[in-house]
Amino acid sequence: MLDILRKSLSTGIVTTSYPATPPEVSNRARGRPEIDWANWKDARPATAICPTGAISYEERTGRRTVRLDMAKCIFCGLCAEVDKAIRMTNNCECAARRRDDLVSSASYSLQSDGTHERMVAGPSTSQAPPGEQWPARGASLEAIGQQIKARAAKILGRSLHIREVDAGSCNGCEIEIVNLNSPVYDLERFGIHFVASPRHADMLLVTGPVTRNMELALKKTYEATPEPRLVVAVGACGCSGGIFGVNYATRGGVDQVIPVDVYIPGCPPNPHALLQGILVAIGRVEVKQAHGS
Amino acid sequence: MNVLSSLQPILNEVTQRFGQRLESVRAVHPNEIYVHAKMELVAGFTAHLYRKWNARLVSLFADDARQTDGAFHLFYVFALDAAHGFFILRVPASPDKAEFASLTNAIHAVNWQEREVQDMFGLKLVGHPNPRRCALHDDWPEVHPLRKDFDLRTELPPFTGSRHDFRVVEGEGVFQVPVGPVHAGIIEPGHFLFSVAGEPVLYLQLRMFYVHKGTEKLFETLPVPHGVRLAESVSGDSSFAHATAFCHAVERAAGVEAPPRARALRTLCLELERIYNHIADIGAICTDVAFVTANMHALRLKERVLRVNEHLTGNRLLRGMACLGGVRFDFDADQFHALKQLLVELTPEFESLIELIRESSGTRDRLETTGVLKPEVARDLGVVGIAGRASGFNHDLRRDFPHAFYDQVQFTVPVFTEGDVQRRLAVRREEVYQSLAIIQQTMDKLSAGPVRVEMGPLPPDRTALGYVEGWRGEIFHWIRTAPGNRLARCKVKDPSLQNWPALSEAILGNIIPDFPVVNKSFNLSYSGTDR
Repeated sequence: MLDILRKSLSTGIVTTSYPATPPEVSNRARGRPEIDWANWKDARPATAICPTGAISYEERTGRRTVRLDMAKCIFCGLCAEVDKAIRMTNNCECAARRRDDLVSSASYSLQSDGTHERMVAGPSTSQAPPGEQWPARGASLEAIGQQIKARAAKILGRSLHIREVDAGSCNGCEIEIVNLNSPVYDLERFGIHFVASPRHADMLLVTGPVTRNMELALKKTYEATPEPRLVVAVGACGCSGGIFGVNYATRGGVDQVIPVDVYIPGCPPNPHALLQGILVAIGRVEVKQAHGS
Repeated sequence: MNVLSSLQPILNEVTQRFGQRLESVRAVHPNEIYVHAKMELVAGFTAHLYRKWNARLVSLFADDARQTDGAFHLFYVFALDAAHGFFILRVPASPDKAEFASLTNAIHAVNWQEREVQDMFGLKLVGHPNPRRCALHDDWPEVHPLRKDFDLRTELPPFTGSRHDFRVVEGEGVFQVPVGPVHAGIIEPGHFLFSVAGEPVLYLQLRMFYVHKGTEKLFETLPVPHGVRLAESVSGDSSFAHATAFCHAVERAAGVEAPPRARALRTLCLELERIYNHIADIGAICTDVAFVTANMHALRLKERVLRVNEHLTGNRLLRGMACLGGVRFDFDADQFHALKQLLVELTPEFESLIELIRESSGTRDRLETTGVLKPEVARDLGVVGIAGRASGFNHDLRRDFPHAFYDQVQFTVPVFTEGDVQRRLAVRREEVYQSLAIIQQTMDKLSAGPVRVEMGPLPPDRTALGYVEGWRGEIFHWIRTAPGNRLARCKVKDPSLQNWPALSEAILGNIIPDFPVVNKSFNLSYSGTDR
C-alpha cells in the first residue's frame, strides 16, 4: 500500500493542461492538410493518390471544382508527397458542427493540358449559422432546433455522461477514446465521464462506419438515451464512412443512421482532437476555422 | 524448383506418397509450395501432414475463379513450423456442385473459417457438425458477397429474417445472461450469451461479425497502393502489422524484397506496436480486478510510446508508415534519439509497474487459476499468439518464419503451460522485455541505405502469402493479383478469428464477474475477426 502511494507521489502530476495550452503533439505529427488554393496548379495527382476520396474534383465546361472533404481525410499525407501546393500541418483540432463545414472547395479555369489556369471561385467553406441567438419570430424549425441544442449543451455542459458506441470501427478510435481516461488527458477534470449504459448518458460518442449489423443496435441505443442528448461522430469512418464508404455491409457515416451534433475528423483523432470535439459539443470551446477566414 | 532445404525432405516424401493424385506441385517462393489436387484428397492430405509432419492448418479460404478456371478454389494453408515453410493445397469446387467437405470434425480449428466460406461464397458445407451461418447474420438475405458476380456497392433490402437461434441450455436454476452487442466498456461490439447456474458459467455462446465491413471485397476494387491504407484499418490496434503483412504479400507476388534498412524499420515499428498494446493490456487486466492504480501507470507509459510513435511516423498508431517495397519514412538522428530515450525511460518504468502488480497479492489471487485454457484444448482449437503461448503453444512467426529483420536479432519466445490469466499476462510481460531488447539490437545493427524500392506494376495472376507476427499473434494476408495493378482476391486472417472459440472454453466453470478479466486477457479484435 505504501509502495503504491510512494509511486503515485514520486510520479507527480502528468495531466496536460489542454485546452488552456496548445495540444502536445509532435512537430512531425500529421494533422489537417493545408492547401495553397490560390496557387494550386493541378488537383489530379492528389486526387488520384488519395485513398479515401477526400480530395475530389468535377469538371464542367473548362472549369474544375475541387473539394477537400475533411470528413473523409485519414491524414495519411500522400497528397502532400505528390503536390507542392499541399502541406501537412500538425493541427489536429478539426471538430465541426455540420458535415458541410468540413468541406472546402474552389473552382479553377483550365488550360489545354488539364492544369489549372487560375482560381475563379473559392476557397470557401459553407458558413455555420450563428448558434447563440434566440430565434426570431417565424424562424424556421431548423433554427429553433439549433437553439434547443445550444440550450441542451448549456444544461449538460458542467456534468456530461458519455456512452461510447462502436458501430463498426476498426478499434483505432477506441484506443484513443480509452486514452481520454488516462491520467494524461483525464477527462474527469471537466466533469465528464464514460458510463456503462445509454440510459445514463447525455452524449453518444459513436465510431463508424455504421455496419448493417450494427445499424439496429445503434438506433436502439440512441432511442434509449434520454433527451436532451448529443451525438458526436468520431473519426473519418464515423464522419463519412472513411475508406470503407458505403457498401453492401456498411451504411457510411453515423449521420446516415442517427442525427449528429459534432463531427471529429481523424484516423483516429488523437485525444486532443477528441477532447476538443466533446467540448465543442457542450459549448465549452469554439470550433476552429480551417483557413483563417 | 527453388525450395528451402529444410522443406525439401517433406516435399519429397509428400510427392512420393501421393504421386499422381497431386496434379501439380509448384514453389512460388522457396518457403511457399502450392499443391493442386482434387477435393477428395483434402482429408487424407491434411491428416498426413498433421500426423507425419506436425503441420498446422493456419488458414482456410475460397476464391471465386469461375471466370478464369471455371471453378471455385478452396485453399488450405499449412504451416510447417519446424521446416520454416508453407504448403498450400488448392482444390476446385465445381459451380454445378457448389459444395465442399468439412474438416471440422477432425480439426476443430477450422470451424468458423469453413462456415465463413459457406456464407461468403455459397459453397455448401458437407459433414459440418454445426453448419449454421457465421459471418453473415441470420437476418441477411441469401447473398454471397465474395462471389465475383456480387457487386461491392449492392444495396441490400432491409433485413427481415429471423434472429439467431442460440442453443438452449436447460436445467434447474439455469438461466441465460445476454450481453451486447453494445457493451458496458469502451470496447467493440459482439454478443455473448452466458448460460449460468448460480454464478459459474455452464456455457458461453458467441455471436460475432457485428462489425463486418466488406473489407476483403473492398480490397478487390482498390488500386493496390490504396490497399495498404485499408489494411491499416483491418484492426486498428494492429495497424502496422496488418499493413506490413499486406505489403509482404504484394512484394512476394511481385518478386521484390524490401531493402535491409526498411526491414529493420519495420521491425522497430512492429515492436513498438507490440509494446504499447502489451502495456495497455497489462493495465486493463489490472483494472478488471479493481487494481486501477496500476492501469493509470500503464496508460501513462502507453501514452509515452504513442507519442514516440507519432514523432517517428507522424501517427500515434503508426499509420501511414507502411508502404509497398519498404517503409515511407526514414528516421533521422533526432527521431532515433527519441527512440533511444524511450528505451532508457521505459525499461525502469515498466519494471516498476510489474513490481507494483507483483506485490499486489489481491491481484495475483484474482489472476491465478482464472480462465484456464488447457494446452490440449488450445491445440485442438489451433489457438495462436499470446493466448497460445500461455497454453503451451511454442510458436512465433518471428522465430519460425523470420520476416522483416527478425533473422538478425536474438530473442526468446516465452511459453507457459498453465493457461490462466496470470500466464497470459506473463507472456505479455516477458515479450515487452524481449521487444525492448529487439529494438536495441535493431538500432545497433542498422545499416545505411534506401528504405524502399520502387514497385513496378504488379504482374497479373500471381499468388502470394504475406505473414507477420503481430502483437496478438500470427497475421496472414493472401493475395491473387489481377490485371491493371489490382487484386482479384485478398484473404485476411487475423489471429482473433482463430482464438475466439477458445474464450468459450476458458470461461467454463468461472464466475461471470471474472469474464471481463478473462476476455481482456485474450483481448481479441472484433474488427479483425469480422472484417
